[in-house]
Amino acid sequence: MLQIAFFSVLNGLVYGMLLFMLASGLTLIFGMMGVLNFAHAGFYMLGAYFAFTLGLSIGFWPALVLAPLLVGVAGALVERYGLRRVHRFGHVAELIFTFGVALLIDEAVALVWGRPARGYQIPAVLDVPLFRVFGASFPAYKAFMLLVAVAIFVFIFLILTRTRAGLIIQASLTHPGMVAMLGHNVPRVFMVVFGIGSALAGLAGVIAGPVLGTFPGMAQVLGSIVFVVVVIGGLGSLTGAFVASLLIGIVQTFAVALDVSVGQVLMAVGVPAGASAALHDIWKVTVAQVAPIMPFLLLIIVLMVRPTGLFGTRET
Amino acid sequence: MSTPKNAVILLAILAVVAALAPAATSQDAIRIAYIDPLSGPFAATGENGLNQFRYAADAINKAGGVLGKKIEMVPLDNKVSPQESLIQLKKVIGDAIPFVFQGNSSGVAHAISDAVQKHNERNAGNRVLYLNYSAVDPALTNDKCHYWHFRFDAEADMKMAALTDVIQANKNIKKVYILGQDYSFGKAVAEAAVSMLGKKRPDIQIVGNELHPIGKVKDFSPYVQKIVASGADAVITGNWGADMIGLAKGANDGGLKVPFYTYYAASDGVTAAIGTAGVDRIRLVHETHPGNPTPPKALSDYITGYRKLHPRNDVNQPRIHTALNMLVLAIKKAGTVDVDKVAAALEGLEYTNLGGDQVVMRREDHQLQMPIYISVHTNKGIKHDLDASGFGLSIESKVERNKASQPTTCKMQRPS
Repeated sequence: MLQIAFFSVLNGLVYGMLLFMLASGLTLIFGMMGVLNFAHAGFYMLGAYFAFTLGLSIGFWPALVLAPLLVGVAGALVERYGLRRVHRFGHVAELIFTFGVALLIDEAVALVWGRPARGYQIPAVLDVPLFRVFGASFPAYKAFMLLVAVAIFVFIFLILTRTRAGLIIQASLTHPGMVAMLGHNVPRVFMVVFGIGSALAGLAGVIAGPVLGTFPGMAQVLGSIVFVVVVIGGLGSLTGAFVASLLIGIVQTFAVALDVSVGQVLMAVGVPAGASAALHDIWKVTVAQVAPIMPFLLLIIVLMVRPTGLFGTRET
Repeated sequence: MSTPKNAVILLAILAVVAALAPAATSQDAIRIAYIDPLSGPFAATGENGLNQFRYAADAINKAGGVLGKKIEMVPLDNKVSPQESLIQLKKVIGDAIPFVFQGNSSGVAHAISDAVQKHNERNAGNRVLYLNYSAVDPALTNDKCHYWHFRFDAEADMKMAALTDVIQANKNIKKVYILGQDYSFGKAVAEAAVSMLGKKRPDIQIVGNELHPIGKVKDFSPYVQKIVASGADAVITGNWGADMIGLAKGANDGGLKVPFYTYYAASDGVTAAIGTAGVDRIRLVHETHPGNPTPPKALSDYITGYRKLHPRNDVNQPRIHTALNMLVLAIKKAGTVDVDKVAAALEGLEYTNLGGDQVVMRREDHQLQMPIYISVHTNKGIKHDLDASGFGLSIESKVERNKASQPTTCKMQRPS
């Protein structure tokens, strides 16, 4: 049992921090433009594919730096020449635009790299178990993922709160008119934030690609869950995204580890489940089986109890 | 630009597209529908299947086609959703396409099978034949069998019987963990494993029997930890596509070293993902010769030719070749594409497949009878690798047709 708890915490942290890397960019962009960027997971996928292709010729480490930069530039271009034009026609147009970009990225990736999963591998240096405990091993690569994610969090946090650039970004999020009056180029701030957000998603793709698989469906697999994270954390809130990511990461891994049934859980909290034969099949379902829908359950509860999300300030 | 003007332009574009679309299909060809995932998480599997159908169809067309006509595959995307599949089936019926191939997911297969049965009972003049090349839930040729469904893959119980024979012979295995996708096929695999192991090796303990949602799990590490914690010394899984890649990666990362007995742990990126860590450890139960260590010439040429066209894909479902050629044979025998006559010709039809094995379509339940192979993931003595990875499948044991055969509960109702 101890082994499962120990590894569940570790795996939950790794998965949670991965979600955070995606969610941080998404929530920043939402805070800025008031629009959910459906193409965000697409940039995550682009990161993985760019790194895979670059890695073939220049190796994993240079690709780790270069691929997110490329994705960031792609993101900035999408903002500058796409989203900024569409902005005039209101939020619905922007939403549909990002949706279109998401589809476009999906199809382009399938066209260029093909449908089957590509063999994007962990670099040999990190392809070793970091430690072995209770008969299972924890790979060094996962520790590396955790390290990168924490570094990113600290980096963004410091920039936003401790630098002048961060001050301008924060001001542009809430009072764009005032910031423009003070002589700052607000559209350029938007473009830079969009680029950084995309680059973060790209970086998440670069380090997640070898572990979760690099295939054209990878954006779809993670896309929905990232929206859940952002909404639970509170739209536009970086702290919220951080807490919600870890929460979902850990809840989901622990749910898989639990072998109790839904009926048993309900009985434990005093609901007389299991007694009625009519719903027998439902009570027999184990918590592990419903693990992947837990985040969505959490989403509904949070929206009912606190519609602004955990740390949000505005209605979703 | 004003909005009405945009709308007019959009409508004009739509009208042109709509007008052009039907022109793409030729009138003289025998059309064969292919309903499988061409987008979403399982698109890789569906697209590779389509490529194999087209490759097999091209060979048939080059050899003169059938009844003086060419055959033409009509791909229809179902996103592995039963609802989408039924919409596509309506299209097939509306377009009067007589034959439908589908394989990915038994959940979808049940939906199509039911719909085809109902449609055929009510519309004697416009029937459609359902040719299942990959969905292996045993129920389809047992309790739910009907005259208009033919299966060309070995059903899950035939495969499980072969797998459990191998496990039975391995005295080192004392504890088994069963993990599968949460739908009819995953459940069928788990049930068959429990009942057959119970008979063949009552001393084996089932230390885990678990289902996870299909196509929804991102990280398999928690499942791998559970397997490690259970102390299992073998794993049985029916996982396929992205779910098999995830499980293989999770097992490699988590240092899970026990043997895996699988249905689909090869190709479409899975072989590459397993890599070195799976050598002599991952076993696969399947139909048709895998091409190693000593492939028959016909199979070898077929695989080499396919690789030339699709360097990244494999002939991972040689039964597609069998299924399409048996259909063509039945059409020739019937001398028409009339569904009733072709179905009658398919019953009891014999065929020698690419691997040189004699297969026969059993009348009682429309389940193709064939030998079953157990192969191991390796890089030694591989003539035809998978995923261009240097790794491939090599035969470990073969269960002959008469031994692989399973009884059926089907009471076939033939149209009078």
